[in-house]
Amino acid sequence: MIRLVLREPLPVPLEAEVLSPDVMATLAHDAIRALPVFLGKHRRRVDDCFRVEGEKSDEVTIEGDASRVKWIGRGMSRGRLTIAGNAGMHLGAYMSGGAIEVSGDTGDWLGAEMSGGLIRVRGNAGGQVGAAYRGSPKGMTDGTIVIDGTAGLEVGMRMKRGTIAVGGQVRDFAGLQMLGGTIVLRAGAELRTGAWMMRGTIVSLEPIPMLPTFAPAAEYNPTFMRLVARHLSRLGHRVPAAEAEGAYLRYTGDAAVPGKGEILVWRPR
Amino acid sequence: MSLTRRGVHIVDTFAEAFGMRAARVVITAATPEWARTAALATTGFATSVIGCKVEAGIEAELSPEQTPDGRPGIQTLFFAFDAEGLATRLVERVGQTVLTCATTACFDGLPDASERVVVGGQVRHFGDRYQASKVVDGRRYWRIPVMEGEFLVEESFGVQKGIGGGNFLILGATQAAALEAAEAAVDVMRPVPGVVLPFPGGIVRSGSKVGARRYKNMIASTNDVYCPTLRGRPGVESLVPEGANCVYEVVVNGLDRASIATALRAGIDAACRPGVVEISAGNYGGKLGKHHFRLHDLLA
Repeated sequence: MIRLVLREPLPVPLEAEVLSPDVMATLAHDAIRALPVFLGKHRRRVDDCFRVEGEKSDEVTIEGDASRVKWIGRGMSRGRLTIAGNAGMHLGAYMSGGAIEVSGDTGDWLGAEMSGGLIRVRGNAGGQVGAAYRGSPKGMTDGTIVIDGTAGLEVGMRMKRGTIAVGGQVRDFAGLQMLGGTIVLRAGAELRTGAWMMRGTIVSLEPIPMLPTFAPAAEYNPTFMRLVARHLSRLGHRVPAAEAEGAYLRYTGDAAVPGKGEILVWRPR
Repeated sequence: MSLTRRGVHIVDTFAEAFGMRAARVVITAATPEWARTAALATTGFATSVIGCKVEAGIEAELSPEQTPDGRPGIQTLFFAFDAEGLATRLVERVGQTVLTCATTACFDGLPDASERVVVGGQVRHFGDRYQASKVVDGRRYWRIPVMEGEFLVEESFGVQKGIGGGNFLILGATQAAALEAAEAAVDVMRPVPGVVLPFPGGIVRSGSKVGARRYKNMIASTNDVYCPTLRGRPGVESLVPEGANCVYEVVVNGLDRASIATALRAGIDAACRPGVVEISAGNYGGKLGKHHFRLHDLLA
């Protein structure tokens, strides 16, 4: 295992996309310490900012308040990245495999445009989780993001496939321009959920304000929600699916696009 | 070498079986009864590839904990000569018997198989473009709107090598004794994982030979050498020994040689009971199927 301990709080953001199992898995200790990072506009070595232990491993642990460290795990495809503390913006962006576990909070653009793998956040996340970058046609195309706490604006914006589950409430525009995939909101959302969504599924376990361009269809228990529930239960998030517990009210929309998406709102018995 | 088990003569011969392609289909439903209803329908009329194009049967009942959607389920196995034929049959059968059956869903039971055939991806067209796909945990499913709500079916099903035509013959003194022995055999063979007994009740009363003596267009015809009523008839080299008056065949298909051998061994042992004269097996001289199961080796 490779262990990186932040030496001291960072005065400015640190861009550190080398903090990834893909980069470090084959490197010796000295090579890891010499990897380049950017503290503000200044080029630095990893060991200028982190105390480094271990070498040649696809298990990487980062300790300390890394809330100003951006691009951790960018494009990672393998291994395990554990962050004991907070993480900054763009964590796991473009990742295609492996797993990221964060014990604290993360910044915006968590798992943006990821195509595989698992991100697990015990705390809160910022906005644009699994989203498409500005000007990009699609957000995450596969993989799973699970957030125990809250999340910010535009969760799953233009996501194409994959699953996002958020334990706390999310802010406005969840599923904005969504193209596919599944967003599970265990504590509901603020305004304009599903705006301009083309396809995909937004599940809310709490009542949410619906846009007038979503039409109620039917109350039922879709079988696929049992698969989603089983998938998320393995990650510690319970989602109801059994008829004995209640049913989902299906809304279709967004008719403003017009879209073929759906919002399923849980109605307990 | 002569071999007997509990007084039943075991003929020194072998069962000849064939390489096939197999798929495992898991059907779930709101209740075990509805899952079984669908499974019986989809594995019905699937006794022999000669006439049915596919051979199928129920492999096991699954508890909710064992199924992908946490509902009661039935696990079935399908066998055909090639993956293309298997795909065609699965699309037909899932589309006509599972899609139509109340509360069911349909899942691939061989998710790790590298060879895949598209099933849900074809059945989905019933949805008339109202269908929607959903990828969950790396597996793609189709949600087809139906009057009941939604039918869920997996996009593709795994296909692997399988073996069809494992068999043995039970030659009894009376019809009742032979059938009782065959039923006892079936009872112990069905729980073996990875096998199905595709014929009605797991038992065949009309074993066949390749082709026909008098009808040139027949692919298969009655196995005259094991028909008790033809014993003594000129031209028939009967293999029904004195004292035997009824023959039943138990046919077993499986995912691998070991599972078929396990089922045959258990079945033959169970069939060796009072009223049974002899246990034999069907083969074609070893020329048609590459999988040979020698009865003496099975019981060694």
